[in-house]
Amino acid sequence: MRTSPEGVASSLGGNPPAESVSAVSVRRLCVSFASAAGSHLVLSDISFDVRDGQFLCVVGPSGCGKTTLLRLLAGLLAPSAGEILFRGQPVRGPSRDRAIVFQDYTKALLPWRTVAGNIALSLEACGIAEPDRGERVGALIEKMGLQRSAHQFPGQLSGGMQQRVQIARCLAQQPTLLLMDEPFGALDAMTRQTLQDEVARLATEQRTTVVFITHDLEEAIYLGDRVIALGAGRIAETIDVEIARPRNQLETREDPRFLAHRHRLFGLLQEH
Amino acid sequence: MQRGPSGLRGWVIPVLALVLWELWSHAGTFPIDTLSRPSDIAVAGARGFIDGSIPLATWQTVQAALYGLAVAAVLGILFGVILGLSPRLEGVVGPSIDALRPVPSVALIPLALLMFGFGLQMEASVVAFACLWPILLVTIAAVHGVEPRLLDVARVLQMSFAARMFKVILPAALGRINVGLRIAVSISLIVAVTVEIVLNPRGLGYSMIGAQQSLRPDLVYAQLLWLGLLGWGLNAALNKAVSMWPGGVQSYEDVQP
Repeated sequence: MRTSPEGVASSLGGNPPAESVSAVSVRRLCVSFASAAGSHLVLSDISFDVRDGQFLCVVGPSGCGKTTLLRLLAGLLAPSAGEILFRGQPVRGPSRDRAIVFQDYTKALLPWRTVAGNIALSLEACGIAEPDRGERVGALIEKMGLQRSAHQFPGQLSGGMQQRVQIARCLAQQPTLLLMDEPFGALDAMTRQTLQDEVARLATEQRTTVVFITHDLEEAIYLGDRVIALGAGRIAETIDVEIARPRNQLETREDPRFLAHRHRLFGLLQEH
Repeated sequence: MQRGPSGLRGWVIPVLALVLWELWSHAGTFPIDTLSRPSDIAVAGARGFIDGSIPLATWQTVQAALYGLAVAAVLGILFGVILGLSPRLEGVVGPSIDALRPVPSVALIPLALLMFGFGLQMEASVVAFACLWPILLVTIAAVHGVEPRLLDVARVLQMSFAARMFKVILPAALGRINVGLRIAVSISLIVAVTVEIVLNPRGLGYSMIGAQQSLRPDLVYAQLLWLGLLGWGLNAALNKAVSMWPGGVQSYEDVQP
């Protein structure tokens, strides 16, 4: 089956057709929540594009609407005004094409399923049957370095390992867009750096488009091709990071361009 | 709770009571027409088991209790999940539930009799009505308590309703639904025996009324004690069954090193 012409065609069809195509277009997006004190504007007039294969980081202080933006992109929330186009089609709800890695991995994993079982959940939802499913789970477990924990339950793993499981589950969906909501915010510094490099490597290898939310300026610049700084529900600044990949935790962070971006964004976000 | 010696200590009071009861029964002041001797009760119970009347009555009672309980569990969990997932629907149905719930289930016996006549179905329907409410309400609360993040995951994976229900919601809510089921088990036995005592000519309740009317307090006591054991056994069996549910919360604590 795998060598049949259809197989080849469909696997090619999954690749980005051209560099210039927008994976995501966000147009004049507004979100307001009704509260006791009246309507509260969370995001106002947000517009941006994400190119196919681009790694976009959205950075901002807590409460600036980052997570709301990500839930909108995932289709878990509908905007009050404006629209989101995903590969040219308006987003009307969640889709397996757009995977999301949540920050709170302890809540996002099924505690009654093993690591392998949690990863298999995506494949079951995609309708992939055994033995194909087991094979793919095995490959993802290897890719994310979870071999020793395959038959353990999430509650038995460290935070970093649990977040690896969640990333593996999202990769199992074979998404064209990977959304990550402060995925490493709750991890220790060492684990965070290791996972940053792994995610950067995976995104490059698989040419997945990534929208990565963080409150950590350096993380945003280190990972992103482009960084959008959000302040008080508006885009404060957009910068392009032209530092070549693969990046390096020591050298990249000492690069004059890295430091310049950091200074600029730091100053900007202080104002908000 | 401590096991071992404390388990033995728990037997002190029942055994002492039995011994005193037996001793007292041989004194002149003992009201033999209302309080039987423990030895007579044991003999009556043994005879009932040997001639098959108690096992038959037990089967009839348990059958009606489990039948009603099963109907209540299926309906209660199904509608509980649906209502728990849809606050809007709950707003519509909730007041009706609150209005029906306080109706004493035994007050439905005349209606059930009109609908089904004497027998298993009538008894089971009253049991089902009584057991439905705790299961329904606890299931609604259990579904409200399911981690919203897990529902997000199910939505992003575009899971079907059945997949969401069996792979995410039910396993996540099972620990709490279990509480409702335990309450319902004891209710089911109470209601089944009540229906039998009031009018249904079958089961342990009817058998006890028969013993009372033929002035056999020993047989009444024997069946009463047996009923107590039965309730305890049913509860224990259900707890065991629920804890073995695949994906039950206990299953992953078991493998913890």
